[in-house]
Amino acid sequence: MTAMLNIKDLRAYYGQVQALHGLEFGLNEGSLTTLLGANGAGKTTTLRAICNMVRSTGSIEFDGASLTGRSTENIVRLGIAHVPQGRGTFTTMTVEENLQLGAITRKDRAGVTSDIERMYDHFPVLKERHTQQAGTLSGGEQQMLAVARALMLRPRLMLLDEPSFGLAPLIVRDLFKILGKINREDKVTILVVEQNAQLALELADKAYVIETGRIVMSGSAAEIANNEDVRKSYLGY
Amino acid sequence: MELFINQVLAGIATGAIYACMALAVVMIYQAIDHLNFAQGEMAMFSTFIAWQLMQWGVPYWWAFLITLVFSFAGGIVIERMLFKPLAKAPVLTNVAGFIALFAIVNSVAGLTWDFTIKPFPTPFGSSPFLGSQLISTHQAGMIGVTVGLLILLYLFFQFTRIGLAMRAAAALPESARLVGINTSWMIALGWGMASAIGAIAGILIAPVVFLEPNMMGGVLIYGFAAAVLGGLTSPLGAVVGGFLVGVFENLAGTYIPGVGNELKLPIALALIITVLVLKPAGLFGRPIVKRV
Repeated sequence: MTAMLNIKDLRAYYGQVQALHGLEFGLNEGSLTTLLGANGAGKTTTLRAICNMVRSTGSIEFDGASLTGRSTENIVRLGIAHVPQGRGTFTTMTVEENLQLGAITRKDRAGVTSDIERMYDHFPVLKERHTQQAGTLSGGEQQMLAVARALMLRPRLMLLDEPSFGLAPLIVRDLFKILGKINREDKVTILVVEQNAQLALELADKAYVIETGRIVMSGSAAEIANNEDVRKSYLGY
Repeated sequence: MELFINQVLAGIATGAIYACMALAVVMIYQAIDHLNFAQGEMAMFSTFIAWQLMQWGVPYWWAFLITLVFSFAGGIVIERMLFKPLAKAPVLTNVAGFIALFAIVNSVAGLTWDFTIKPFPTPFGSSPFLGSQLISTHQAGMIGVTVGLLILLYLFFQFTRIGLAMRAAAALPESARLVGINTSWMIALGWGMASAIGAIAGILIAPVVFLEPNMMGGVLIYGFAAAVLGGLTSPLGAVVGGFLVGVFENLAGTYIPGVGNELKLPIALALIITVLVLKPAGLFGRPIVKRV
């Protein structure tokens, strides 16, 4: 089975500083994969490199087509939705405008309208607050909005950068439940970067562990979770 | 009392022009974080285009429309050729770019049409408006056209997809790219629109200040004052600021002894400094907090 996303020898740079040192991994269509690692290991950089938001070399292929040299917005238009760290909410706009922005590249107006309703079913709190400025939402609500905004693209692949960051444990559980549902029911392939390894491993079916810009371990989520050594040395729990 | 109402109405009329200039400045500031010092010169050049078209016999409103299209395209060309390459350059490099643009546009206009003062027609006439001595038909026309323009812009930004995309690109460029918006072209579009808005301001004010290459100098300073007063981050603030500055300028000139026409411009500058000291974000602006 060929992978939907295929990354080979990925190196990324911030100015003179190299953050990724020849990263290699792949994602199968329909999978829910987590990328784990400590602070500064290169998790965020990996996601940013996929969307060409950081200078990088190497090969990134999506459905067999190379992403090299494409602008961020063109990569997004291929159906790759990226929920960035800090959520990227348009705080001065309303909740509904945020959702419309998620679908701004789509031409099917009727589909967009019905998708907004679908998001309100997924996340009832967003419906209650649909005319409010997004900046007035709580952290958890803003994360829901960020996921909903990404889904409005009808993505084939969704990249999430630390969705649990700054959220209460109960809210994180809710959010991860919804991510699992989206993966199963809407057939969206998901790559989630997490520091909260325990929770991410419960959710995911495959896991990669990254350290100082290299993949040091890969396997099914269960294998990684049950491997005492990996847990102690890389995941810290 | 009649004098007072008369001065307020005249202030609203010139304030409409300041509002347009302030709006043009704010649109570009929102998109690229720089003040366009050449906004006035671009407007002046557009006004000369309209004048030239009318010299060639094109009817007023056709000349008006063609000038808007020309200005829109011109704004985009300037952004693509000059300021897109400077996007990542330091502030001072951009300032130098704006000053160069100012000087070039001013000189080219002077070279092409010389520096003599030319009368500019108004389609509204200059008789008393509705038989009232308080305001002329041209002043009423200035207010009417500006209000119409502002309503159209509001509808555009609030209710169209491209307006939404432009707002998103100005507010959070990175997030905008992540939903698939081509932010670079949104900036160019903003330049085109700002340039066209400036052209409207220039054409409307030209019958009052007369047409010559330096006609927009004072107007742009009032426009800056309006933008600062309303808040550089708020298009609504820029518009309100424009009307306030127009009225304030006229009342100060009439009622404060010794100000008269000659000292009106220093009042605009004093206003800029006062606002920057007391309320740097302006009346409607948000304080800018940068994460470092």
